[in-house]
Amino acid sequence: MSTAAVIADKFLPGLDRVPVWLNDPANWTGPNGLLERIGQHLGYSVSAVVVALLIALPLGLVIGHTGRGVFLVVGLANGLRAVPILGLLLLLVVWLSPHLHARLTVPGLIPPGGFAYIVPIEIALVLLAIPPILSNTYAGVQAVDPAVRDAGEGMGMRGSQVIWQVEFPCALPLVMSGLRSATLQVIATATVAAYVPFLGGLGRFILDGQDQLTNLRYGYPAMVSAGIVVAVLAVVVDLLLALVQRLVVSRGVAERYRRRRGVRAVPEPA
Amino acid sequence: MIRFESVTKRFRGGGIAVDALDLEAPTGKITVLVGPSGCGKTTSLRMVNRMVEPTSGRIWLDDRDTAKVRPATLRRGIGYVIQQAGLFPHRTVVDNVATVPVLLGLPRRDARRQALDLLERVGLPRELGERYPAQLSGGQQQRVGVARALAADPPVMLMDEPFSAVDPVVRAQLQDEFLRLQGELGKTILFVTHDIDEAIKLGDQVAVLRTGGRLAQVATPAELLSHPADAFVAGFVGRDRGYRALGFAAAGELPLAHEPVVTVGDALAATPPRAVDGWALVVDAERRPLGWLAVGGLGEAQLSGPVVEDLLNLGGTLATESGTLREALDAALSSPSGRGVIVDEDGRFAGTVTASEVLTRIERRASVLRQEAIESAAAEVIALQP
Ligand SMILES: Nc1ncnc2c1ncn2[C@@H]1O[C@H](COP(=O)(O)OP(=O)(O)OP(=O)(O)O)[C@@H](O)[C@H]1O
Ligand SMILES: [Mg+2]
Repeated sequence: MSTAAVIADKFLPGLDRVPVWLNDPANWTGPNGLLERIGQHLGYSVSAVVVALLIALPLGLVIGHTGRGVFLVVGLANGLRAVPILGLLLLLVVWLSPHLHARLTVPGLIPPGGFAYIVPIEIALVLLAIPPILSNTYAGVQAVDPAVRDAGEGMGMRGSQVIWQVEFPCALPLVMSGLRSATLQVIATATVAAYVPFLGGLGRFILDGQDQLTNLRYGYPAMVSAGIVVAVLAVVVDLLLALVQRLVVSRGVAERYRRRRGVRAVPEPA
Repeated sequence: MIRFESVTKRFRGGGIAVDALDLEAPTGKITVLVGPSGCGKTTSLRMVNRMVEPTSGRIWLDDRDTAKVRPATLRRGIGYVIQQAGLFPHRTVVDNVATVPVLLGLPRRDARRQALDLLERVGLPRELGERYPAQLSGGQQQRVGVARALAADPPVMLMDEPFSAVDPVVRAQLQDEFLRLQGELGKTILFVTHDIDEAIKLGDQVAVLRTGGRLAQVATPAELLSHPADAFVAGFVGRDRGYRALGFAAAGELPLAHEPVVTVGDALAATPPRAVDGWALVVDAERRPLGWLAVGGLGEAQLSGPVVEDLLNLGGTLATESGTLREALDAALSSPSGRGVIVDEDGRFAGTVTASEVLTRIERRASVLRQEAIESAAAEVIALQP
């Protein structure tokens, strides 16, 4: 056995404490309980993804439609992917937070005094979510059959009508997969919110647990449990988005439908 | 009417795609633009709905200068059909067809009802309306493309190789239906193809373009075949143009020979007296020709039982009385008995002709044409004299 394993075996509460911890209603309810932390975690994540979507979707559509600003997709998207999120977050907290004085509070999400710290978190998460949405939207628009776009224009659609009535619906499967991967990343990464003062999320259990590993209530079992909850949360939200995708993507462009093409085509009427 | 007035298109970084094109596509007629690949057909077509802006020159739709109409408005008033159909993959067939009426502000429900009627018009069952384009065959997609272009009932249609992506059988079928539809609708159509046979079959008027976007000749199909303007057009129109030109020459009153016929179901034993040179023509109860029976080839023993269709030779084509010399000649040449079968408008047997009779006709017609050509040349010479 390695040294670490020996230490873990000797000093840490066993993994069998994890189900015990998760089964204790006291850990779920009440202030700072799992439910409240899940709410915060989702709050940070969803708002970041929504903001990223509002930025990246129109940008991707316009760049794909006009063919102008392609460097933004390649440069910006890849550049952002290389940014270490935790480093960026701490940088923003140091630089930006002292200048934010708004007293906005949202019960359960932004505690009094938390506004100056929620902004850096959101910025970091938005920057994380933009690349997959932007590049997928752009790729989706690019992949639209030029004949289809041509037909749209030839029928007398204006530029914005071509975008919203033709290119966007055709690109939607790719847009949705970009949105899903952005959401997965953001939910997994939102644990970093615990690094800044006042804020919580599921990262709180993980970060705080490090100081008191052997504590049966707040230590190692809580850390592992919170990690599991983050993973489950990500999977559940992804499943929800998969459901949304089924509903919003036209069957005519959904992959599962296309494959049946050969079988479903009827013979030419004589 | 679509009128090109000295229209030139020069692409940036490219050569001249269309060079000082003057052309008029008359109202209610099909004008076909034909020419080798890259000669500027598509460019010419797309300048009409301003998908491409001319470098110089004007294009008129009746008395409207297209340059003065907003592109989106202009395009909603012009039907547009392209090669790969370009159907919207995310929309059902009805919604595809309803596109332009909805853009024009028609309530979706009305646009859809109208779209379903249009599907029938182009020969598709209404049930196809709920399908997506990916679930259609190539030929069906093209029909939907045509229906979509017709949906807002535009007086003018632009069609860019609409039938070239389907197999020859379906293509011929689509062409026939297209002609039938045009017979009903009488649109002003500008039709692009690189296939001279298609141009000759569909065009009321054919404009041949040569590489570099210059117009080589505008003429009716018959004229194009009989009087190509120059060596390029002659070469493009093809080798057997003399024969194909017969496809535009009405057969007129052919000397129909009487032929004793056998009705299907008659006793075989009764056929020999009705055969000529060993072949008897078999018709159905309505006197519609079914095929030829080789009476001479049947032995004594086989001459029992009735005449059934399995025994017939189906090789011969049929020509109609009001048809062309080409059809009549083909009927004679393809007939196993050497006697071409001519039917009346209802498809009933009218009589037979031989190839030599048709050729006599062709000869007589050609000599009349030659005489006319000499006279008109003489008239020109006289007119040129001071
Ligand atoms: N957008 C463009 N930019 C530059 N050159 C172009 C453009 N579109 C067409 N051309 C050029 O203009 C010429 C005419 O093209 P066009 O598409 O009109 O030909 P076409 O007669 O339709 O040929 P095909 O039968 O192959 O479709 C070609 O030499 C082509 O390369
Ligand atoms: Mg072309």
